[in-house]
Parts: sequence; structure tokens; C-alpha cells
Amino acid sequence: MNGTSQLSYAFIVFVSAIFTQNILLTYFLGLCPFIGVSREVKTAFGLGLAVIFVMTSTCLLNWLAYHYVLEPLNLHFFRFILFIIIIAAFVQFVEMVIERTSPLLYQRLGVFLPLITVNCAILGASLFMVIREYSFIVTFGYGLGSSIGWFLAIIAMAGIRQRLANDRIPRGLQGPGITLIIAGLMALAFIGFTGVLSGN
Amino acid sequence: MKKGQSQKTAIATDGLWKNNPVFQQVLGICSTLAVTNLVLNTVVMCFALIFTLSLSSCTVSVLRKFTPRNIRMMVETLIIAFYVIIVDVVLRAYWPEMSSNLGPYVGLIITNCIIMGRCEAYGNSNPPAKAFWDGFFNALGYTLILLIIATFREILGMGTFLGLSVPYFSGPNWDKWIIMVMPPGAFFMLAIVTWIFRSIQTAGEDKAK
Repeated sequence: MNGTSQLSYAFIVFVSAIFTQNILLTYFLGLCPFIGVSREVKTAFGLGLAVIFVMTSTCLLNWLAYHYVLEPLNLHFFRFILFIIIIAAFVQFVEMVIERTSPLLYQRLGVFLPLITVNCAILGASLFMVIREYSFIVTFGYGLGSSIGWFLAIIAMAGIRQRLANDRIPRGLQGPGITLIIAGLMALAFIGFTGVLSGN
Repeated sequence: MKKGQSQKTAIATDGLWKNNPVFQQVLGICSTLAVTNLVLNTVVMCFALIFTLSLSSCTVSVLRKFTPRNIRMMVETLIIAFYVIIVDVVLRAYWPEMSSNLGPYVGLIITNCIIMGRCEAYGNSNPPAKAFWDGFFNALGYTLILLIIATFREILGMGTFLGLSVPYFSGPNWDKWIIMVMPPGAFFMLAIVTWIFRSIQTAGEDKAK
């Protein structure tokens, strides 16, 4: 494929990763923090931003590692370990850099960074990128799109949950139960986007 | 001997019911909700999970005295990844269709929070045999709930069970609930299951008081 069609393909992947194939609402990745950390918009916002940054960067790093290290050595099965090490190391590195350079940002994002290492959405995006054989530029679109989609979903959920805080909810449904039902409704709404990209 | 028996029962009821990973701890639902649209996929996935969780919890426990505290998370992740790679390689060699059905979700067992959670909460501070059983019963409790969800989703959504058509549900009188095999169905089913089981639990507690 030539350059321009790659670019437009990357754009399509970007948009569909946000809406039609939202990594959280259609692939169920990153559900644990989604349920655990969505009580307040402010914290959800911080976590969402951190996820956008880490997911996009690690997708690209993992792409490089997979195609320039694992592929020549024929060590495909080793990718789980390599990816998780890269993600953990990257998160650690970012944490150190932020701590040195911007204490304010560190205060806001610092607590969320360690959480991200075990966020399945991050590893999931990298694995999807390998399975679907995306090129480098498409991977960028995919990583950015998926993380923005995740960000949107958690912000919306936090907003809804703040409103629900004072409502009377049946005892067995409090906490995770009601969150899952809302997530189901959100997933339904996102299905509405399916027609947007039916051209491809 | 008697004491060992009762301890084992305690671990079992804890993992299966009292502290069930899905509806009590709400951990590890991430990667596995996606495969509950078919019972067969769920069974394979859950076997992989039982294998990984019990053995990695056991291994973490064996190595607990030799692991420096500050790199403990990393060591645990590597141990888990080791077992997941075994599952992945075996599946790809002997059952390639299933491997491509499950896609990235086998690999995602690594970041399944329930495994990390059990290794941290139990494997880290208990002897290997106990850690093994704790992992085993937690994975079993997890399997149980997922099988319930998968059964409902497959029968209501496709009219089949394990790929075989179910009499009434595959007939013309039953409008298939397509929504059940789509992502929202998984969320709703899990919410309903959580609701029912938690209500039963709290009702039991109230009675006990």
C-alpha cells in the first residue's frame, strides 16, 4: 500500500477504535479500573489521560520491538513477556520523569501510573495490533484511538455515577452491579455508531 | 489430618462462594467476558485460567522467601506469563481454530487481575500447598459464574448449547435475542448474576444475625 492510502486507513482505524470498536465497550478490556476508579470525574480524567499517553507510546514501542527484535529471531511466542516488560519499564520511566520535571503533573497522575501496568487494555491493544498486522502508522492511529475511546467511556461513566450517588439502588445492585448495567446501556448506545463506517 | 481437612474446606467455600472472584471481589472480569458468547470458548478459557492461577499462585508461594520485596510484582508477572505462554503454545499446536477464536484473550490472562490479586493476597504469605488450593478454588468459583453467563448467552442468543441446537430455543417460535451475543448482553448478564448472588448472600447474612 502506498503512503496516502496507509494514512487514510490509519484514520479509519483511529475513528473506528474510538466509536464502533471501543476497546472497553466491545472488547471488555480495562474493565477493572473502569469499575474501580469511576466514582469521580476528576480521578477518572487523570487516569484517562495517563492511559492515553501510555497506551499510544507502548503500542508503538511494542510494534518496534515485535518487528525488529522478535520477528528476525523467530521468537513470536516470547511476545507476552517482552510486551509486559516494555509496558512496566515504560510506566516506571514515565513516573520518574514526571516526578523530576513536573511535580504538579505528578501529583495528578502519579497515583494512577502504577495501576496502568496491570490494565489489560494496554497489553490488549498491543496484542490486537500484532494479530491484525497493522503497519507502524496504523498502529499509531489504533493506539491513540483506542485510548481516547477508553478515556471517553470512563469519563461518561464517572459523570453518570456521580449523579447516581444519592439515588436509592437495591442493595445487591450497589457498586459493581449498577456500574455494569450502565456499561451495558453505554455499549448499546455505541452500537449505534456501527453504521458510521459501514463503507469499509 | 482433621485440621487440614477443615482448612481445605474453608479455602474452598471462600473461593467458591464467600469471596467469589467475580461477584464479590469483582476482579478479572476484563478479559473473559468477551469469550462468554459461546460455552465451548468459555470452557477452554476457564481451563486455561484454572491451570495458570493454581500453578502460578503455588510458584509464587515457593519463591516467596527468595524474592526481594521491591521487584515482587515484576517476578509475579513473569511467573504468570510463563504459564500463559505454555497454554498459548499448547493451544496453538493442538487446537489452532480455538486459538484463533480466543484471539488475544489467552495472552490477556497475564493481566487478568484475579491472578495477580490472589498471588499478592494469598500466595505471597502462605505455604505452597495452600496457595495451590486457594488458586484452584478461586479459579473454580470464577469458572462457575462464567459458565452460568455463557449458558444463558448462548441459549438465548443463538439457540444452541455447546454448538448443539436446543429444542425450543432454536425453533421458529423463539425470537433469538441477538443482543445477548453482542457486548451489551455480557454486561447485562454479569450485572444480573452479580445482583442475584449478592442478594442471596446478604439475605443469608441477615438471617445469621
